[in-house]
Amino acid sequence: MIVVEDLHKHFGGFHAVDGASLEIAEGSITGLIGPNGAGKTTLFNVIAGVLPPTSGRVTMAGEDITGLAPHELFHKGLLRTFQIAHEFSSMTCRENLMMVPGNQIGETLWNTWFGRKRIADQERALRAKADEVLEFLTVEHLADHKAGQISGGQKKLLELGRTMMVEARIVFLDEVGAGVNRTLLNTIGDAILRLNAERGYTFVVIEHDMDFIGRLCDPVICMAEGKVLAEGTLAEIKANEQVIEAYLGTGLKNKQKVEA
Amino acid sequence: MDFLNAIIALLNFVVVPAVAYGSQLALGALGVTLIYGILRFSNFAHGDTMAFGAMITVLFTWLFQSWGISLGPLPTALLALPIGILGCMALLLATDRVVYRFYREQKAKPVILVIVSLGVTFILNGLVRFIIGPDDQRFADGERFIVSARTFKELTGLREGLAIKTTQGITVITAVVVVALLFWFLNRTRTGKSMRAYSDNEDLALLSGINPERVVMITWLIVAGLATIAGVLYGLDKSFKPFTYFQLLLPIFASAIVGGLGNPIGAIAGGFVIAFSEVTVTYAWKKVLTYLMPEGLEPDGLVQLLSTDYKLAVSFLILLIVLLFKPTGLFKGKAV
Repeated sequence: MIVVEDLHKHFGGFHAVDGASLEIAEGSITGLIGPNGAGKTTLFNVIAGVLPPTSGRVTMAGEDITGLAPHELFHKGLLRTFQIAHEFSSMTCRENLMMVPGNQIGETLWNTWFGRKRIADQERALRAKADEVLEFLTVEHLADHKAGQISGGQKKLLELGRTMMVEARIVFLDEVGAGVNRTLLNTIGDAILRLNAERGYTFVVIEHDMDFIGRLCDPVICMAEGKVLAEGTLAEIKANEQVIEAYLGTGLKNKQKVEA
Repeated sequence: MDFLNAIIALLNFVVVPAVAYGSQLALGALGVTLIYGILRFSNFAHGDTMAFGAMITVLFTWLFQSWGISLGPLPTALLALPIGILGCMALLLATDRVVYRFYREQKAKPVILVIVSLGVTFILNGLVRFIIGPDDQRFADGERFIVSARTFKELTGLREGLAIKTTQGITVITAVVVVALLFWFLNRTRTGKSMRAYSDNEDLALLSGINPERVVMITWLIVAGLATIAGVLYGLDKSFKPFTYFQLLLPIFASAIVGGLGNPIGAIAGGFVIAFSEVTVTYAWKKVLTYLMPEGLEPDGLVQLLSTDYKLAVSFLILLIVLLFKPTGLFKGKAV
């Protein structure tokens, strides 16, 4: 579905993503793991159009999407969430969800004054949909709460809810489990599995929690120093020597060498 | 009776002018605060944007006057105002296209945009003076007073008169209508909500369906409307002189900052705080005090705390106090 070819992103002399190539299959839940600073989030940002790549190509279903603006990718069904949950803090959870779909009738000055009826119809439909999403995520009681005041885990759920307001095709989740308690993490995991099964969403998940990855993801891609190190099932990745080296360093090996 | 006279004198010389001036500042500060909240920089060109919009309005007012078109008791400028707004919209969209968009694409820091807007200020400054000249221009016509001091005295038999100028009445009414419309727009319409969303969390807005270029465009359009209305009302109330608009920048920014940058309610409150402080500090209280003090204790001097020449210092002082003790302003604006 998504093919990344030899992607580079340099910040000055620092090569955050250094020739990463990977492929994400349609309908999969792909896990993206790697030590801190491996370039996972930067890779996300480049794919999602937040940062322009230094070089390389990203295609989605055969179409070149390199360097498109985030809202253009959004309309193509490519969505992402943030490592630290983002929300429109001064709006209610329901309003947050209602903001999501693009190109709404009410978005032009002309319709604001002269298309009141059509806007009202659309808003009613969106409102119903938002309530449905909140129910799906089992947080319908939060509908009228200001999004800035709900807990961190609930914000993560809300982020997932945002992807359900539109016909998403592929969703990038950046550390959706960070700072979320076990129970809520399970709720999030259930929601991801259901969305994948029922709506056919493709997911790419950055996560440090290996239980969470193990439960959801196949395949798992491991990155280190801006490159893709290995790809396979979690068990294969865990057994991969290069991966262990990336996480634990080479100290152990060097020591063995010296002793030998 | 003396007490009533004192109140009337206070209303006439302090409250009425301050309310009118406060409305003008509030409208100006709303423009500044919207740009700060949504485009994330302090737009120093705002004063000259006001001057430009007002200038177009003045030119068309003259044209209408020469054609003999008038609104009767109301100033002809109200008729020319929509054209002024359109002209100002065209100017702001053009500046955005030519100047600001480049820096937005570079994701330039706010500081850089502030300096850029300073450059725009000087260009607009020159442009306005080139077209209409640096001098005072009069363009107000129609009835001068809603209530004149003399009719008021005759009506009430008091020694003090209360004069309300037509322009003051128009200023306040227009300000109320514009502010009500703006708040309805920001809070109730989808477009307004997109603007608030963009102001609240730019990253998230970009990754939702919100088209940033459209939000930016609509912001400029609204700012053009606010700036022109504020500029014309100020010009009607005082007179139109390009340089005074540049000077207005200080009280306008003081208003926006006192209220809390990025917060529309704060901008309005700030406008009135600044206006009332400026007027009360520079007013000669002798008259009011003479009525109130017992005989023999009347003040000899003018009891004016600060000469009107120094009225800008009041904005400065308030700005300083707010920044020292409550940097986010009265209504918790953003801090960058």
